[in-house]
Amino acid sequence: MNDISQIIKETAEKIMEDLCTKQVVEDSELGILPRELWKTIVKSGMATVGVSEEAGGSGGSFADALTILRIAAKFSAPIPIAETLMANWVLSEAGLPLMEKPTTIASNNNGNKMMFIEISDGWTISGSAYDVPYARYAEAVVVIGNSQQGNMVAIVNPRACHIEHEQNLAGEARDHLYINNVHLQGEAVSRVREGNDNNLLYRGALIRAVQMTGALERILELSIAYSKERIQFGRPIAKFQAIQQQIAILAGEVSSAKTITNLAVKSFEAGNGEKQIMAAKIRVGEAASLGAPIAHQIHGAIGFTDEHSLQQSTRRLWSWRDEFGNESYWANKLGNEVLNTGPDYLWPFVTSMNSELVL
Amino acid sequence: MVKSLELETIQLSQKTEQVRHQVRNFLKEEMEAGTFIPQCDSWLSKWDPEFSRKLGQRGWLGMTWPKQYGGQERTALERYVVTEELLAFGSPVAAHWFADRQTGPLLLRYGNEKQKSEILPRIARGEVFFSIGLSEPNTGSDLASISTNARKIDGGWLLNGSKIWTSGAHRSHYMVTLCRTSTKTDNRHEGLSQLMVDMSSSGVSVRPIHLMTGEHHFNEVFLEDVFVPDDMVVGTIGDGWKQSMAELAFERSGPERFLSTFPLLVELIRVLQQETTNEGGFTAVGRLVARLTTLREMSLGVAGLLEQGVSPDITAALVKDLGTQFECQIAEVARLLVSSSTRVANSRFKSLLADAVLHSPGFTLRGGTTEILRGIIARGVGIR
Repeated sequence: MNDISQIIKETAEKIMEDLCTKQVVEDSELGILPRELWKTIVKSGMATVGVSEEAGGSGGSFADALTILRIAAKFSAPIPIAETLMANWVLSEAGLPLMEKPTTIASNNNGNKMMFIEISDGWTISGSAYDVPYARYAEAVVVIGNSQQGNMVAIVNPRACHIEHEQNLAGEARDHLYINNVHLQGEAVSRVREGNDNNLLYRGALIRAVQMTGALERILELSIAYSKERIQFGRPIAKFQAIQQQIAILAGEVSSAKTITNLAVKSFEAGNGEKQIMAAKIRVGEAASLGAPIAHQIHGAIGFTDEHSLQQSTRRLWSWRDEFGNESYWANKLGNEVLNTGPDYLWPFVTSMNSELVL
Repeated sequence: MVKSLELETIQLSQKTEQVRHQVRNFLKEEMEAGTFIPQCDSWLSKWDPEFSRKLGQRGWLGMTWPKQYGGQERTALERYVVTEELLAFGSPVAAHWFADRQTGPLLLRYGNEKQKSEILPRIARGEVFFSIGLSEPNTGSDLASISTNARKIDGGWLLNGSKIWTSGAHRSHYMVTLCRTSTKTDNRHEGLSQLMVDMSSSGVSVRPIHLMTGEHHFNEVFLEDVFVPDDMVVGTIGDGWKQSMAELAFERSGPERFLSTFPLLVELIRVLQQETTNEGGFTAVGRLVARLTTLREMSLGVAGLLEQGVSPDITAALVKDLGTQFECQIAEVARLLVSSSTRVANSRFKSLLADAVLHSPGFTLRGGTTEILRGIIARGVGIR
């Protein structure tokens, strides 16, 4: 990790520790977006990490941006930082202005339909998108959709959209968004860089995998701490082999999730990464499904009440494993690739996973 | 997060990838020539001295050792790549496995000059094979409770006791034997030593213990007044525990901890390919490949740490715990995806599945049981 990466990591940790308390996360479920947390994130330049300074961003690598997301996720930060970062990458690639306001993305993934139609004095956009993160709080929606000229992207004002409130298991806003003939000037619409449509699904999957590793780290730390504090039968429950063995399993899941995600991030940065991202989303999803019940079992009843913060992380894990394709979705895709590659090339397929890294 | 669980992504160099291709080509040629058929768990059960010598001739045994002792002075990652290729192809590597993996590094670190200059080059040529004498009839997971003992006599040590579950002892030349050389004190780890026993010495007898498959790999080794000369003591008398433990990170994190049933996965894919539809098969295979990729990354990460001279006990234990479960999981997934009627027409698949299922209990026992490993992990995260 270089100096800049280290500074970004430490800054993100400091901001989250100071401003992203259990109360802040609780309040977000009552409809209060933590403005101060957001402002601090933006002021530190974290909303545009991964976009070069020449292009108006804060610089730093894609991996740096993902470090921020992992740390934010570890603290269950209830802000659209992942969506705003992703929006800014798409915008900078399309030559559109970057966003520092809370922003979300609506695209054609996930069975959505967004259409751009060119008219005499610009474009009209129509369509619907489901489970759009933080749409109700967003001050800008980056819409990506089809047109006769290929895939297009534009910044749409959410006040011009109809938004129905929905949420995931963690109480994070996942709204339905409807756009009906919104009219935009020609210069506000740009062509999406080649391949970016599909790319968005992979980026989203990688982002959720990274966020899950943050939440997994948190539930491991909480479980270790709780097992040392909780006294039963006259001693801390950490002294019981049954508890030790469960925590060891949880540790293995956390370590696995981190390792495969690191590989996916590195491969993606090197310009590859599709099959590594598939593997990461599958394996991290499995880790979430295996790890969350262990953390709850260790915490006993308090862990699934609103008095304890464990549930803020586990509910996110249960939600995020299903977003941008769950384990079955990606396993089917990866399995298909493996079967097409054939039995005698299975091993070369496996070893190629780590030969696509950048130096 | 808990620092001891972190692993770096290892990038293999071009040079390392070249070694991989050399090994891969060699293995393909040997397979085509009919030298071997890929087998599950071949590092325990497929003993082929001729094959080991061929590897020795190509410089693929003792790869990381100094040239003066018959090595090639290659990196640990180059060796890693060679071993994973050998295992992925299910090749017959059992004869030299323990000597190359464990005994060689042990002698390099602790052995005397005579041991290093006489024995290491013969291991590297694939001529001398070793067994590891740790478990005893009354000592399994609680290794420090061993009772095999050696008494000092003129010019050497007189060894008495017995070792059990000793793989390959009926065919190997030497056994590195952990024994007690002074009486037990409060610190049970004190007073243990490692002696190198020449298996042709008088007083050594070997009783076969057949696996439930009928195969003969395990043995019980009886040691009755076996004379071990002073120059066959490994390292320092009394340091046997520390020396033995240093071997374990090498033993636990290698590719043999998750590739033992890989040949079955290859065959499963061959069978699934012949079927017109098998959506469930795609998904199950995708999950296995995701898990395998993860394990390999972890194992490589540990290899990277070993290369830097760090002893990563906790992550090595994680690799073995998760890896051996994965080996069992391949068998279970294969069983559930392929009907018995399909197996009739695929005898290779059927026999690999049988091997995988019947060998599977050993995966999570050998080299430290799952429960012992999880204890090590628990200690590593600070709760034990």
